[in-house]
Amino acid sequence: MRDASALVLLVAGAAFVGAGTVGLFRFPDVLSRLHALAKADNLGFGLIVAGLVVRADSPATAVKLVLIWLLVLLASTTSAYLIAHRALHRDGGA
Amino acid sequence: MVVAILVWLAAWALFTGRVFRSGVLFIAFGLTMAIAWVRLGAPDIALAEAAIGAGVIGVSILHAAVQMADRERREQRARPDGPPVEARTTVPPRWSRLRGRTLASLVAAGALGGILVGAVWRLPEAPAGLGPLVDARLSESGASHPVTAVLLNFRAYDTWLEIGVLLLTALAALAVRRETDLRTAIRSAGGDPLVASFTGQAVPVVILTGVLLLSVGTFGPGGAFQAGAMLGALGVLLYLAGHRAVTAIPGTTLRLWLMLGIVAFLIAAVAPLPAGDPLLRIPSGRATATILAIEVAVTASIALTLALLFVTAIPPRDPPMPPGRSDRA
Repeated sequence: MRDASALVLLVAGAAFVGAGTVGLFRFPDVLSRLHALAKADNLGFGLIVAGLVVRADSPATAVKLVLIWLLVLLASTTSAYLIAHRALHRDGGA
Repeated sequence: MVVAILVWLAAWALFTGRVFRSGVLFIAFGLTMAIAWVRLGAPDIALAEAAIGAGVIGVSILHAAVQMADRERREQRARPDGPPVEARTTVPPRWSRLRGRTLASLVAAGALGGILVGAVWRLPEAPAGLGPLVDARLSESGASHPVTAVLLNFRAYDTWLEIGVLLLTALAALAVRRETDLRTAIRSAGGDPLVASFTGQAVPVVILTGVLLLSVGTFGPGGAFQAGAMLGALGVLLYLAGHRAVTAIPGTTLRLWLMLGIVAFLIAAVAPLPAGDPLLRIPSGRATATILAIEVAVTASIALTLALLFVTAIPPRDPPMPPGRSDRA
């Protein structure tokens, strides 16, 4: 039961990350690509972490996984913002 | 499959047209390499690869690419009638220009790779190698993790020389900059609130992780190099956020700090001599304390070296502030 739900979560996570990557390749400009990545990849990553937490062999590992998830959220939001900021301003000629 | 991905990423990174793209692919390559190391059962190297290879060096490449692009854009705007300047950031894909030299080096690399693979394939089934020897003496080494025991006790001399090499690298980086006063390298923060808050939240976490890696190194994967890489990345982050943490270090302190690692080893090496023991003999009674002390010093030196490599190698985007103008804010 635990492994089954973990499998579902992991596969769903991988599907979302895959969708984000497709968006990366297919969207025409930086901002929409960022949009695809920020939304889909973060969700996919969250699902993958959830699947791993379900399979974790000790509460300490589960807590570490959640911390990693939070850190990745923090870092990816900041970098997405910075990329978008620079893309906007660069095209504005700044 | 990991090997296939590695080769594909490497080829893509080398033959793609844009420097920035090469940098991103290099980071992806470094992370995949870290996975490969984990698969090979070497988490210590995986940690170091991810932190130094993908992290610090990858960021350096991206930073350089962005600097190049910015400079080209500035030049382009200064000469709007000139020829389009894309040329320098773009490296033309070399498939169409495969000259004799490139082909020859490809063939040579392939031959070398083939020889290596053949040699490893035909290795005789070695009896477990040095593993049992290390395990037998692990208890007197002062560390319960065999990698740390080997690095910092059984083969401490090699690590000592590695730290020496790192010191030389730092000196080379400073020489490129032609000065040891880093205060001209200060860049303005830009005042971006998100960057400030991110840095504020990330810094304590990174410091904690670095210290954790350092202390875990005694009995698990981790150790001085990994912790040093994390703290070096922290220095890079602070520099990029416009903080003065790395650049405000005065020249003398900078030099002393860089030398901490090698000096710690020197002390540990020379200490046994008066008692008639050979060089660098670590007494098993105080082994753990000695190793930990050396590791702390080494971590500090590595962290500063890595941060320095980033700060000094690339001229700042903003015009440098003259050293006379003191920022005694």
